[in-house]
Amino acid sequence: MPDTDIQGSAYNYAYLDEQTKRMIRRAILKAVAVPGYQVPFGGREMPLPYGWGTGGIQVTAAIIGRDDTLKVIDQGADDTTNAVSIRRFFARVADVATTTRTEEATIIQTRHRVPETPLRDGQILVFQVPIPEPLRMLEPRETETRTLHALSEYGVMQVSLYESIARHGRIAKTYNYPVMVNGRYIMSPSPIPKFDNPKLDRSPALQLYGAGREKRIYAVPPHTPVKSLDFDDHPFEIETWTESCALCGSKESFLDEMIVDDAGKRLFVCSDTDYCESRR
Amino acid sequence: MYVAVKGGETAIAHSLELLADKRRGDREVAELSLEQIDQQLGLAVDRVMTEGSCYDRGLASLAIKQARGDLIEAIFLLRAYRTTLPRFGASEPLDTTHMVAERRISSTFKDVPGGQVLGPTYDYTHRLLDFALAASGERPSAATAPAEPTDRLPRVGDILQRDGLLEPPPARTAAEAQDLTRQPLVLPADRPLRLQNLARGDEGFLLALGYSTQRGYGNNHPFVGEIRYGHVPVSFVPEELGFAIEIGEIEVTECDMVNQFAGSHDVPPQFTRGYGLAFGHAERKAMAMALVDRALRAGELGEAANSPAQDEEFVLAHSDNVEGSGFVQHLKLPHYVDFQSELVVVRALRAEAEKRREQTVLSQAAE
Repeated sequence: MPDTDIQGSAYNYAYLDEQTKRMIRRAILKAVAVPGYQVPFGGREMPLPYGWGTGGIQVTAAIIGRDDTLKVIDQGADDTTNAVSIRRFFARVADVATTTRTEEATIIQTRHRVPETPLRDGQILVFQVPIPEPLRMLEPRETETRTLHALSEYGVMQVSLYESIARHGRIAKTYNYPVMVNGRYIMSPSPIPKFDNPKLDRSPALQLYGAGREKRIYAVPPHTPVKSLDFDDHPFEIETWTESCALCGSKESFLDEMIVDDAGKRLFVCSDTDYCESRR
Repeated sequence: MYVAVKGGETAIAHSLELLADKRRGDREVAELSLEQIDQQLGLAVDRVMTEGSCYDRGLASLAIKQARGDLIEAIFLLRAYRTTLPRFGASEPLDTTHMVAERRISSTFKDVPGGQVLGPTYDYTHRLLDFALAASGERPSAATAPAEPTDRLPRVGDILQRDGLLEPPPARTAAEAQDLTRQPLVLPADRPLRLQNLARGDEGFLLALGYSTQRGYGNNHPFVGEIRYGHVPVSFVPEELGFAIEIGEIEVTECDMVNQFAGSHDVPPQFTRGYGLAFGHAERKAMAMALVDRALRAGELGEAANSPAQDEEFVLAHSDNVEGSGFVQHLKLPHYVDFQSELVVVRALRAEAEKRREQTVLSQAAE
């Protein structure tokens, strides 16, 4: 029954109709059953633009209920414009409690970050994914990449990483760093910094990835091994800073750089606003 | 000292208010009504309905008003509404031989059964700004001949087909029509699905691709077999009745493009078809669609497919302007985490390069 009023018109709870939610839930179940495999789904046109989180929004809309507490972050922050917009959307159409506290949230929808605070059992992390296909920049054709995944034919990815080492002396890929899920599928972790990749490995939380424009859903179930691709003599490593957060002093978190005056003076602060505030 | 900016919520609310204000413009100027948009900007309404995949002049007019005339934004608004509507089923295929045509031309024959009907078109206008339009003032109604009550307006293609000169149109299959707005596009796609994608596709994109085939990127020597524009009845079979009833009429533009084909092992030389259909009056769109449809049949007809317009994955994946507009403009969203990662690595690479350079200079000096 339509029960939520948006601008005078009746929409279903959490915007999507129940048939569509069932279709998305079926895709999610399949994705959980085959970790890292991209499941095509009948993505709908959402009232927010493609590329702005429509995949994540559809996944969240399909799993959210009135008992949930939702947190939305973009670039790690709760107060960036798109995070505000998506949080407002769900507060409006799903009548759901929202929070900025990582520990309090049952569902966290995110763009480009994994929270610094370790996630726990029962939490769901929903990623917004622009290009779900990790091989896309190496092979633009979907018909080809589908075959490569089916055959676990991942040489092209290894070669590209090797070329990066040959050219730069290191793997110069910094975000959207490819991972191997459960020893079977290479997966795009979405454009999170590689700093966050280790948090995906054997996480107690369920990870759901939604790509709206490309109409794909994939998942990493709790406690699933997620390995960042590397070589024995060039092991995977994450970004480090010599600076620490100017607000909370953290030396462990991902830092954003800000230019604070015309002379180009720089200041570093935590990208994760909730983590930063809880430490001050 | 910098403090993380709070209050994004208020800023967004203010931005929305400003937008609404901007949309209304100078309050001294009368506000546009939806009827005015429908009646006087009718071709914009047609485009929004076509690419919005929703035949509703009122909703399309509202979308155009809300989007301040940005048609891609209007298409987006209409689609986002359409997607929430329940689906009763699929209509019977339109039979455009039963069209009450306001315009119907063929460029392959001087005269055809049913005649050449020019109708309302910009084709024969001189593109001189009509300053009389800048002043208000009513103009008299144009004289129209009474519509001749004909049962059928035969297609030029049917006549060619009788002699075996033109391939027959694909047979109707029992398979239920797929719906791109409910199912993901899976490649390779069959022709009905491709046509569905092209019908929703951006007019500018299809125009450029169709144009590219004419300039040698996948040429297939097209002729306009026929373009017709007018009203056609829509029929639907309600489950409880079990037979078709007419539920209304819609305006469409149909283009049957006739293309050269040299023949192959199995098929003698004959003409082949490219097909375009759009809501309302949209000849540019229907023709571009027909050119691209034919270009995408290269594989099926055993032609070399080396040009962009012949590349199914390229065309179908990039034809949608709502998808393209969203993804291009998402670059406006903050990317400072990714950019920070890039900064870290570029600085490290630069430091290493600098060190290598210094070492080279030192070793050269030592020699």
